Amino acid sequence: MAGDKASSCGALVLLNCFVSPFGNRVRIALKRKGLPYEEKSENLAAKSQLLLSSNPVHGGKVPVLLVGDKPVCESLVILEFIDEAFPGTGEQLLPAAPCARAHARFWASYVDTKLPGCAVRVWRSPKGASAVEEGKKDMVAVLKTLEAELGGKPYFAGDALGYVDVALVPFAPWFLTYERFGGFSVAAECPAIAAWAERCVKENELVATSLPEPEQVFQFVCAMRKAFGLD
Amino acid sequence: MAVEKNNNGLQLLGFWVSPFAQRCHIALAEKGLSYESLEQDLSNKSELLLRANPVHKKIPVLLHGGRPICESLVILQYLDEAFPEASALLPSDPGARAHARFWAGFVDTKVFECGVRLWKRKAGSEPQVQARKEMVEALRTLDAELGDKPFLAGEAFGFVDVAVVPFAAWLVSYGRLGEFDVEEVCPRLVAWAERCGERESVAKSIHPPEKVWEFVGFLKNKLGDK
Repeated sequence: MAGDKASSCGALVLLNCFVSPFGNRVRIALKRKGLPYEEKSENLAAKSQLLLSSNPVHGGKVPVLLVGDKPVCESLVILEFIDEAFPGTGEQLLPAAPCARAHARFWASYVDTKLPGCAVRVWRSPKGASAVEEGKKDMVAVLKTLEAELGGKPYFAGDALGYVDVALVPFAPWFLTYERFGGFSVAAECPAIAAWAERCVKENELVATSLPEPEQVFQFVCAMRKAFGLD
Repeated sequence: MAVEKNNNGLQLLGFWVSPFAQRCHIALAEKGLSYESLEQDLSNKSELLLRANPVHKKIPVLLHGGRPICESLVILQYLDEAFPEASALLPSDPGARAHARFWAGFVDTKVFECGVRLWKRKAGSEPQVQARKEMVEALRTLDAELGDKPFLAGEAFGFVDVAVVPFAAWLVSYGRLGEFDVEEVCPRLVAWAERCGERESVAKSIHPPEKVWEFVGFLKNKLGDK
């Protein structure tokens, strides 16, 4: 039973910030596996001792998954851990065949190495900085590449949500923020990506309940920008 | 044997000094898998490379029966999964596997990326000085993680060691670019690097630090800030 395995592994606690795309990947993965967990909300401007001591190498970055008292850090590492530590529970996130697994890992890694870098330039630059336009151009190119990979499939994994979908969909609530600061429209530039994001939320309740509203993300970012004196 | 005669259908597109390609050479050797090594000219990329990795156009690329697998850490995990009978790189315990993946990722994001800034940005400029601080911190962190263990993976050479050891040949270069004493910053890592160098898989895959330094000079000239 999911509950028994979880308690024999140690209670699961997720240290997260509700807007974090990385943390929300873990929410989705845990829910998909049917694993009970407790979430502790972190204020990234005033990190808890627990968070700082659980992820000292990365200065208390979220997410951290505590398994009993053992921390697992880095969202994609956590996703693979969830698959491997609870193999008989719920569905595996990664496919079974080595080639398909390599393909999924490649695209999740692509999201991590390409998307956050452009995103930060779009929403975290001082007002009017040239980095915003450059960031937007790069982001559109990245989204178009992802769109090509999605092709005509309903999900990156095929007929249903999989590893790459879970890696990317938590960025969807951030699209509105990127659009407002970058001055573009995801739906106009990458209609299939916009449709995929909607499908993820509409057809998968666990995704819908794991992600913040786009307006919440925007308000959060506006407050951050004010605190950093960027406007 | 028929399987070995055709190199297990394995080809590796690499570049001699690339630590990422070297990870794959070491992994294949550790697993006792024969393969065809295809050195690439990165100043004039082949059709084969561009078709195999259209997204990044980078090496290493592993071709297995013609099918491409890209990204060194993805390749390493693929080798474990496609060749389960050959000695495993990753441990079997999920917690230990997570630990291994975490530290392999650390090297990519904290050491390699920082290293690029060290040679690329103008010596003494603000970003370069920042990169020096970050490199020292990253190496001290790795040194502490190694601790008193013989290998990063523990008692035996494993996945993290394969992921990190190609960067050992870059330590001299990092120290010179960053103006710090490598032996003082990460003494245990230096000893570990020597220990790893005694393994055949490592010895035949990585190049001497002075050769790397020469290459860094070439990179600085070609791509560094003027």
